[in-house]
Amino acid sequence: MTDQSDSANWSRRGVLAGLGAGVMLLAMPVRADDASVAQAITDTFGHTPRRDGKITLKLPPLAETGNTVPLTVTVDSPMSNTERVKRVVVFANRNPRPLIAIMTFGPKAATAEFSTNMRLSGTQDVIAMAELSDGSVWQTQVRVLVTVGACDTLQLRY
Amino acid sequence: MPNTRIRVPKTAKAGDAVEIRAIIQHPMENGFRLDSQGTAIPVEIITDFTCTYDGGEVFSVKLEPGLSANPYFSFYLKATKSGPVDFRWVDQDGTITTATEQLDVT
Repeated sequence: MTDQSDSANWSRRGVLAGLGAGVMLLAMPVRADDASVAQAITDTFGHTPRRDGKITLKLPPLAETGNTVPLTVTVDSPMSNTERVKRVVVFANRNPRPLIAIMTFGPKAATAEFSTNMRLSGTQDVIAMAELSDGSVWQTQVRVLVTVGACDTLQLRY
Repeated sequence: MPNTRIRVPKTAKAGDAVEIRAIIQHPMENGFRLDSQGTAIPVEIITDFTCTYDGGEVFSVKLEPGLSANPYFSFYLKATKSGPVDFRWVDQDGTITTATEQLDVT
């Protein structure tokens, strides 16, 4: 009898709200937040001001699987001895590890362009940043819809 | 030694931009997967990739677990003179895998 009177004290709305919150917590995988992306960017580039432009990021707008997402990065640079791209860094803002890779162009590179494949844990923005020889940093970002994330196929949720 | 596949054109004209492709067979374990026993599979990745040609570096990468299995790169080399194009991958355990392809510049 005491059980019944206890449950009667819970309002219907309160119970539903509680259940809803619980389900949301369960469904929401713990992913990198913007703070960790910002941290990764600061670790790589320090506090150099970043400008939009000069860099083109080609990604499929919709990726069936996050395990292999092809990307091509092109930086608008003559790649001469004086004016060239030092490095390009790719970040994914909702991956458990936002830093994807750091590419460096050497003196024998003809163009500041490369292609590779990356993993995406889900729908998110991919950010590419390029540091030129004059020290300026340029960035761009592209949103990719991912049907099945690279991490959704795993039993472990993080 | 992991399998590698590289593509370098046989010949090129001096000054040309030559597309190079390189891939290495590697699981690139990201450290978030579980095995059948439910224990986490530790991170196992290639950490560095470098391509050199004519005494200089063409392209190098610091790899992270965010790259796909069998990491693939394509990039452009400036043809200057005939010689070998060298590729080098470094595993996190220190294993070094190399590959070489001859490029003839006319």
